[in-house]
Amino acid sequence: MQEDDSEGKNVSAAADLTRDRQKRERETWTKVLASLAETRDKRLFAELFSHFGPRIKAYIIRLGLPAASAEEVTQEAMLSVWRKAHMFNASKASASTWIYTLARNLCIDRMRKEKAVEYELPEDEVDPSPRHLGEHAILEQRMKAALGTLPEAQAQVLFLSYYEGKSHSEIAEQLGIPLGSVKSRLRLAFDKLKTHWEAQS
Amino acid sequence: MKIRHHFDDATLMAYSSGSLPQGMAVLVGSHLHWCDECRERVSQTDRIGGDLLEAIEPVAMEPDALASIMALIDQPEPEQKLRSLSSDRLDSARTGLPLPLASMLGSSLDELDWRRIGYGVQQYDLKLDGPGATRLLRIAPGVSVPHHTHRGNELTLILRGSYSDELGRFCVGDVADVDTEVKHQPIVDTDEECICLIATDAPLKFTGLMGRLAQPFIGL
Repeated sequence: MQEDDSEGKNVSAAADLTRDRQKRERETWTKVLASLAETRDKRLFAELFSHFGPRIKAYIIRLGLPAASAEEVTQEAMLSVWRKAHMFNASKASASTWIYTLARNLCIDRMRKEKAVEYELPEDEVDPSPRHLGEHAILEQRMKAALGTLPEAQAQVLFLSYYEGKSHSEIAEQLGIPLGSVKSRLRLAFDKLKTHWEAQS
Repeated sequence: MKIRHHFDDATLMAYSSGSLPQGMAVLVGSHLHWCDECRERVSQTDRIGGDLLEAIEPVAMEPDALASIMALIDQPEPEQKLRSLSSDRLDSARTGLPLPLASMLGSSLDELDWRRIGYGVQQYDLKLDGPGATRLLRIAPGVSVPHHTHRGNELTLILRGSYSDELGRFCVGDVADVDTEVKHQPIVDTDEECICLIATDAPLKFTGLMGRLAQPFIGL
């Protein structure tokens, strides 16, 4: 019993450390983006590119674009980072949040443009590129830290929504739970994250 | 504009995650154009995405990616993009409609080709792709909208006039964010007509964001 407890503490201490490191990283990148806006220094842009480019690409692939399209959209997103840097307001968002929204919007536009291809899919055919890795990936240490101390059921709906772009109804169907439960899990997760962010700052 | 009715957290999370169908995303974006409170909340639901971006396992870019971008960054932004943004702003100012809706309609509410669908009710269908339907309803004073059912969620944004139902009174800028299990029967409660934007999602046939964007328009 005692052993279990100390193990639990170690795991949560490790998660705390990861979170602290991520918080520091987030703040560092926010400063880099803010100074890019002021200086237009290409070296700063190259740093942002090497950190965020591969992450945006990974995110876009998760949402379902093929790697080649994901590469193009990522390059487009990074170009937007350069062009729109003057609109970045460090008091309102971190660099990662701001860049996330840019990438998300471009990815949605791209998917709308490519939809004609998808029309060809027969209705009952399963998703040709199944990404049912959610349950495993969720166990990654990094992911755990990012999602704070959320219970797995809540982390799972967040993951399916943000990482796989699934709608509430699709999540309900996939998990075999009512639509209302998906929404209440999301709300609970959001409340917990907000409390966690407040404690952090 | 005094806004009293806002979105559910779960809806704003769906907006931030990019998983709303186009019509619902335009509706949410339109409310955000008017509502400081929801914009503030969205900055928090976006943050979940930002944190996940930091935590994701990176995938290497093409070796020449940085060079390609560097070659482009000294060139001015394509004029076409800038022009379309400023013309959207003009549309929004001229029509009094929120920017995302103004850019989609390109004309004022009164200039639209309304179609009568029943006593005192006219409709304009935005004919967007994807699941569900996105339409404007124009309802005469005193008229009530018959309740319609379908699975999923239904969002309504008031653009002109007001209505009342079991959930309260909804005026310009307010949103009703309901599951369609919620039974309500709105009635236009002043002598001014009511115009609202209504967006629904539909029972799914495809899975995943890509499939949903692709789903052919299936009507009301």
